[in-house]
Amino acid sequence: MILDLITYGAFFLVTALSYGIICLGLNVQWGQTGLFNVGVAGFVAIGAYTSALLTTPDVVERFGGFDLPIWIGWISAAFVSGLAAAFIGVITLRLRADYLAITTFGIAITIQLVVLNAITITGGPFGIGFIPRPFSGLQEHPLLFNLANLSLVCGITGGVYYALERLIHGPWGRVLRAIREDEAAAASLGKNAKVFRLQAFVLGSAVMGFAGAIQAHFIGFIAPENYLSAITFQVWAMLIIGGSGNNRGALLGAILVWALWSITGAALGLIVPAEYQARAAALQIVFIGIGLAAILVVRPRGLLGEVTKVSRVLIDR
Amino acid sequence: MLEVRSVLKRFGGATVVDNVSLRVAAGGIVGLIGPNGAGKTTLFNLIAGSIAPTSGKIFLEGVEINAERSHRRIERGLGRTFQIPRPFSEMTILDNMLTAAQAQSGERMFATWFMPGRVAREERINIDKAMALLEFLGLVRLAQEPARVLSGGQRKLLELGRVLMADPRIILLDEPGAGVNPTLLNTIIERIIEINRRGVTFFIIEHNMDLVARLCQQVYVMSAGRMLFNGTPDEVIDEPAVIETYLGAGTQ
Repeated sequence: MILDLITYGAFFLVTALSYGIICLGLNVQWGQTGLFNVGVAGFVAIGAYTSALLTTPDVVERFGGFDLPIWIGWISAAFVSGLAAAFIGVITLRLRADYLAITTFGIAITIQLVVLNAITITGGPFGIGFIPRPFSGLQEHPLLFNLANLSLVCGITGGVYYALERLIHGPWGRVLRAIREDEAAAASLGKNAKVFRLQAFVLGSAVMGFAGAIQAHFIGFIAPENYLSAITFQVWAMLIIGGSGNNRGALLGAILVWALWSITGAALGLIVPAEYQARAAALQIVFIGIGLAAILVVRPRGLLGEVTKVSRVLIDR
Repeated sequence: MLEVRSVLKRFGGATVVDNVSLRVAAGGIVGLIGPNGAGKTTLFNLIAGSIAPTSGKIFLEGVEINAERSHRRIERGLGRTFQIPRPFSEMTILDNMLTAAQAQSGERMFATWFMPGRVAREERINIDKAMALLEFLGLVRLAQEPARVLSGGQRKLLELGRVLMADPRIILLDEPGAGVNPTLLNTIIERIIEINRRGVTFFIIEHNMDLVARLCQQVYVMSAGRMLFNGTPDEVIDEPAVIETYLGAGTQ
């Protein structure tokens, strides 16, 4: 019983942390730069499919299956998502906040539809299965398997967190904040707002794609319906609840919202009669919405708000 | 140092800056006065590159800079402050200063990750420089406070300090004395003179004639988009056309 709980806890945390990494990516874009990206699902999908195509074994009726090592898939996922973001960013980043939101939303839906219909590449509605899972040798021992994956995902989350913290608390992050506060003043001090904004957009999207790949490999199966707008909404809720502009807040928000999601899902499964289950699932989103509204009333800046002091060097002295 | 040659700016049908030419010699402090709406700030925006002229040319140290955007002009040594100060309010005063330092390795992502030693070293140098400037401007006590706590006059000082972090050779100051209490105004004037002594050229928009007379060797007078007159402060005060359009009768 206790072992089952630990197994489930590890499984839960792996999923929550993979959302946490997506959330860290969104924090670079929204929390640090003020880029209103409502196309999170699209970049996560690009990462997941890139890695899946590269690492799955060759399949007759579908393009690819290149059977490459997992780590190559993950790095490529980040790279391809970043590349897509660079392409989209060059075109759209001149757009002001709300227009950028509409555009990225449309792009995410487009990506989802392409994934759904490009059957020869993505498997269409049937998705891609047999994505190699890290530590697959341990699969007979669920406890060990989940703990091994948890330590891997913890390590990766820590690495991404550290890399982003370095950036955000260094001169690069300082410029982003300055641009967010007053673009004309930042330009008068020699900062090219367009370039920095594009960098943040690309970096954030690359992180999202990377996280998408990790999720895909942990579950072992992906399908287009995993990448609907619901995931974008979840990640936004995570960031706002945890504290936009704060990486620790992003991770905390991811764990809390994913816990809320899992608990309400389980509770609905127990309470609601079987024939209404599918419809009751929509209540999960309602609960997150309520949580979001409650946080915005009680702590408008999230559980862990943004920190004013940026220069670590001085504080460390 | 700075030359503006026949610059014209139209917004729709309105000609806001009408065929203006001027020169600011290296090492000097030159004033720009004129009634509200004369086009002074627009002229500054043209020189700083926030907006592009309809026609005419702008030269900095003999190089035409018309096509360069504002973030490139500061790299060339042309700094500016704003009429209404624009501090990054939610950032600390020190971070406001540090943002202005030029050519920071840490502004590149890969340098931050792979050359942390170099980034930290530069950051320490910049912090020392910023703290010295804040000391000079009397703001050092507030270094770790968010910029929003500053009074109007202190914001003017912070803007001056911020632009100095970029080591400009010429600074465009837009109304450094507006809304500043007399004590602080004296500080600002003394600091401008001191910075000028260290070799920085100033071009200053100001309404306070007392301040203009104390600071400037040469004054340009604009009215309704045109350059009306230029001369020493004494000549400007005695010029009938300037008295009529700007200073008003009753000013001796």
